[in-house]
Amino acid sequence: MNQQPICTLRELAAAVADGVKLVVPADACGVAMAATHELVRRGVRGLHLVCVPTSGLQADILIGAGAVATLETSAVTLGEFGPAHRFIDAVRNHRIRVLDSTCPAVHAALQAGQKGLPFIPLRGLIGSDLVARRDDWKVIDNPFQPGDPIVALPAINPDIALFHAPFADRSGNVYIGRKRELLTMAHASKQTFVTVEAITDRNLFDDPTMAAGVVPAIYVSRIALATNGAWPIGLPGHYGSDDAAISRYVQLAKTEDGFRSWVNEWLGEAAVPA
Amino acid sequence: MSPAYSRAELLVAVIAGLLEGCRHVVVGASSPIPGAAALLRRELDEGAMRVTILGSNRYNAYTNGGVETFDLAAQGRVDAFFLGGGQIDGQGNINLVGTGSYPANDVRWPGSFGSAYLYYLVPKVILFREEHTRRVLVPKVDFISAPGVSAPEVYRPGGPYGLLTGLAWFSFDKHRQRFRLESVHPGHSVEEIRDRTGFEFDCPENVPFTRAPGPEMLALIRGRIRSEIAETYPRFAATFAN
Repeated sequence: MNQQPICTLRELAAAVADGVKLVVPADACGVAMAATHELVRRGVRGLHLVCVPTSGLQADILIGAGAVATLETSAVTLGEFGPAHRFIDAVRNHRIRVLDSTCPAVHAALQAGQKGLPFIPLRGLIGSDLVARRDDWKVIDNPFQPGDPIVALPAINPDIALFHAPFADRSGNVYIGRKRELLTMAHASKQTFVTVEAITDRNLFDDPTMAAGVVPAIYVSRIALATNGAWPIGLPGHYGSDDAAISRYVQLAKTEDGFRSWVNEWLGEAAVPA
Repeated sequence: MSPAYSRAELLVAVIAGLLEGCRHVVVGASSPIPGAAALLRRELDEGAMRVTILGSNRYNAYTNGGVETFDLAAQGRVDAFFLGGGQIDGQGNINLVGTGSYPANDVRWPGSFGSAYLYYLVPKVILFREEHTRRVLVPKVDFISAPGVSAPEVYRPGGPYGLLTGLAWFSFDKHRQRFRLESVHPGHSVEEIRDRTGFEFDCPENVPFTRAPGPEMLALIRGRIRSEIAETYPRFAATFAN
């Protein structure tokens, strides 16, 4: 889309306007933590954050920093590291609106988005309190087989998809391997912003074994170089997570003050936008 | 005399037994015991059973992203899956969202994950929760992430097969909409199960002990299975065996 997608991390973060619908992947798919750092530094506000289909540290930090108005997710989890304290605190104090979902509903609604459909039906769900609590989900009758109730989910078309990938080429093609949810996210979103470990001079479509694992440049608006850009989360196949750093975060984020001191240290500045 | 196996080893062996006859088992996030059990079943079946472990690289042959678990389940290509719950009630309803009233729950858990889909579509959903207390096994869940049973008009080829805890194994009768105590793990009693279960369940006059793993099974768990599960759960692999 953008003929000159390569930019700095700060330029990428500056292009994420307050209030946008931002879609991000789960920890195993490449989380753009360096970009998240820049977003928190610039004090982004009012995000509608969609997690595909869950999030962990990234959502917890953005929520704690006051960047999120609405959270649409199947779960926020830091797994064995412990509870996502800032998420829990914000939910209990009504500081964010939560659209509780289930993993396949997030995937399906994005698939509807990529096809330009208004909605998509999905099995399961009926009788769950998720449906009872989601005013935007409707139980409809299967038009081809009356008497067969099914849930209709509105499409999700985010303003921006944001993720971290191993590398991109100078034309803006991004290698994602078999992390195909990233492709769906890019297809469904108006723009895609990517941080990468490296930028290569060769064209990724020159190698057919690589081409199948590429998000083509037509979807990609901005690419910023960010070495170790998923830290402290890992980038599977490239580097692992920094468990000590995540454990320390979870310890500190138990309290608002602890979280503030962690963020200040992370930003390397004395003050965080309140 | 204390048993020659750990509780985790017992649970791995029990689940491996429950998976008999499956063609493909998927193991979700944060599930080391079900993961080890699925690998054990695969070993006992001489590799005939497929195992997908989310979070593993070796045991994940997906090329269409995370949605593939759900699409496979919808196609009938997943025979068994595991779900837990912060609360589980006597009708098999599970709650992964939180206690008290929604949305500002008293205790908030991560969220429903894929439960509100897979519970309907996977034929053999094994509810697995090690903690067996009245705070987990409640008369009625505060939030239904996924219901144990559905109205007849709802498309539902799957559902709960049973509930395994650190103390016992219950089967689930979808017509009676109740659990039935099938076995109590060695070292525990029916009275203890009653004391620590918050919901009503069917209980036959004689409840056997859960079958303990024999020496050959234990050797397999401590050898091959321990090294295989270490790829996904290194810390668990280092500590779970006696």
